[in-house]
Amino acid sequence: MKLIRTYGDTLDDGKVQLSFTLPVPDGARGREAARKLVLAWGFKECEVVHSAPLSEEFSFYVVYGKSETAIDFDTVEADEIDKDASMSMDEVNEFIRQHIKRKVVVVGACTGFDAHTVGIDAIMNMKGYNHHYGLERYPEIEAYNLGAQVPNEKLIDFAVKVKADAILVSQVVTQKDTHIHNMTEFIELLEAKNLRDRFICIAGGPRIGNKLAVELGFDAGFGRGTYADDVATFIVKKLVEKAQAS
Amino acid sequence: MRIKLHLPKDRIDYARQLAKQIAAPVGAFIDAHSSVTVERATLRLAGADGANADGVPVPNLVVDQVKAADPALLEDGVIIRYINALIKTGLSTQELNKKIAEGFNVMSLPLGDRSAIEAKCNELVAQGLGKIKDNRAYRDKKLEEFHDRNNKPLLYLIVATGNIYEDVKQAKAAAKQGADVIAVIRTTAQSLLDYVPYGATTEGFGGTYATQENFRIMRAALDEVTEQEKRYIMLTNYASGLCMPEIAAMGALERLDMMLNDSMYGILFRDINMYRTFVDQKFSRMINAYAGIIINTGEDNYLTTSDAYEKAYTVLASQLLNEQFGFMAGLPARLLGLGHAFEMDPSIKNGFLYELAQAQMAREIFPEHPLKYMPPTKFMSGDIFKGLVMDSMFNFVSKATNQGIHLLGMLTEAIHTPFMMDRYIAVDNAKYIMNNIEDFYDDIEFRKDGIIVRRAHEVLDKTIKFLEEVQAIGLFDAIERGLFADVKRPKDGGKGFEGLIKKGPQYFNPFEKQLKQELNIK
Repeated sequence: MKLIRTYGDTLDDGKVQLSFTLPVPDGARGREAARKLVLAWGFKECEVVHSAPLSEEFSFYVVYGKSETAIDFDTVEADEIDKDASMSMDEVNEFIRQHIKRKVVVVGACTGFDAHTVGIDAIMNMKGYNHHYGLERYPEIEAYNLGAQVPNEKLIDFAVKVKADAILVSQVVTQKDTHIHNMTEFIELLEAKNLRDRFICIAGGPRIGNKLAVELGFDAGFGRGTYADDVATFIVKKLVEKAQAS
Repeated sequence: MRIKLHLPKDRIDYARQLAKQIAAPVGAFIDAHSSVTVERATLRLAGADGANADGVPVPNLVVDQVKAADPALLEDGVIIRYINALIKTGLSTQELNKKIAEGFNVMSLPLGDRSAIEAKCNELVAQGLGKIKDNRAYRDKKLEEFHDRNNKPLLYLIVATGNIYEDVKQAKAAAKQGADVIAVIRTTAQSLLDYVPYGATTEGFGGTYATQENFRIMRAALDEVTEQEKRYIMLTNYASGLCMPEIAAMGALERLDMMLNDSMYGILFRDINMYRTFVDQKFSRMINAYAGIIINTGEDNYLTTSDAYEKAYTVLASQLLNEQFGFMAGLPARLLGLGHAFEMDPSIKNGFLYELAQAQMAREIFPEHPLKYMPPTKFMSGDIFKGLVMDSMFNFVSKATNQGIHLLGMLTEAIHTPFMMDRYIAVDNAKYIMNNIEDFYDDIEFRKDGIIVRRAHEVLDKTIKFLEEVQAIGLFDAIERGLFADVKRPKDGGKGFEGLIKKGPQYFNPFEKQLKQELNIK
């Protein structure tokens, strides 16, 4: 058992930095309300270090609290694909040459009404993101980035046409759970067409967790901080695993 | 304007000349065409409004009725049928709108005397354009009354709750915190609707529907704050997508002050047909020009999809093209809010110097234009503390190069739509920096052979090379071959192509004619 608390400048001091808005005017009463609210959350100490009016009816607070709450780190399990083991671009290509011996076909799109290409572009475009080249740059991968606002139906048709090994579904907008709706529809469509087993299905987006994606029927989900190498590693290893299983 | 980069004037003139030559053949195509949304925009200017029980707007119903009767009739323009129905039924526009919404077909009436139709139409032109002129006069009066009360550059904030009534609260708070411009971001995918929804809306995804009623509600709220703060608060929306000119018409009628409006954005980033887009953008810009609305072009998108350092020249090339298409539609330089952005990878050595160089370059090449400068988004992460510093660097460059319209960056970019306090922090940051370096622009010069000056020259040279290439093959082909933003768009592909209309010899559109005349467009 390893109990942990937040760390300010001394082990187990439990210091936490908070900022929030209250729908009340700024002033002495507002600050006292902020303090009481933070204490009501279970913090043992609370210091309101800054407040400012946002309008006549709203106010802003910066607060430090002290929390005695601890958890056992040994019981923590992560909802993330282990990216530490990801291969580099060169290693992935070498892996494909050795174990798959043909080009791997990957199709990706931002589906539904979501117009944000930033996620799928970061993974697929030649340039990639933050010095991690995208899948288009991988000589052993044939990558098709269909862009944004692609209907699930169209994405699946295209994947069938180019004999894709993997389909990447990007979802950036999560307001009103549109991403869940889109991802569910995608899997249901695949199942209705009896195509689910043909593809490795991967979901991605800043608020997509692996757990959520797997629950919805994907093989994996990748969240914030993911690069093309992570996705490529998962695809090629999974391909080999699938080949061995069949 | 201060000259700091020593860019050769003949090279700038040459780049402009190239852009003009590229735009000219496109202009000839545009003038021979209309589109379903140009026709609907015309109907809206004449007073067509409302929607049927299924939510189909009256302007769409009228266009669909003409098309259903005989698609060939579209080439004469649609307004003639609406006016004909007004005369034959003796109804007011409001009464006729209601009747059409209830199922009345304007094509059930035979076409009457042309001169009577022309006379009635001229009456509606005077009314519709008169209202826009009044709006413009009101804005000018308020800007005069509250002269010198706005920030320089104008501070621009976005609200995006999906619910217009919630937007109003956020917008009022933002204006009180110091924003000069409020943009109500549109719901995801509205750009791909070939109609404009009707009425006040309370549900949207990542934004709020652009509807005329929503425009009216927000305008009234901001007018209230304008009087309280003694500072004219501008309202912005998006005249883009498949309904560019209709939204421009609605914005003109409800006194919006700025419109996102780009000549090629829809083609490249929304896969809207290129012919349709070029036709639509011109009519929308004529309306914006007449209404005194500042357009904001979308060059920032070139940098979020490609590398901001390598592709800097695509921004300048697009600005020059947007300028020419703007001039062709009667927009003067002071209404051309050409876009650019602070989007370089923060890990680049001397990145700040390059950003400063490019922002100053835009300032010098477009001296009278209210340049719209966009904040970092692509490299914003969940690290809000780093994000705030990046926004600060952006604020510094903007003030130090005297930009016109400053879209405030959010420290929570890439996390969620802004919280009220995020906007406060952004305004507070900008005001601190901009006050602290108030006269920096006037006080500072750049070394003649330094990094900043050399960078600007390099970008201009690359832009010219690129424009020469585009000029040699023509704009339509250049887009088809993927010269812009690395996306290839087939000429007949994309959304909305079927809505393009070739004007016939009898094409009737007195609104277009009057706009051209008053805007001095040949």
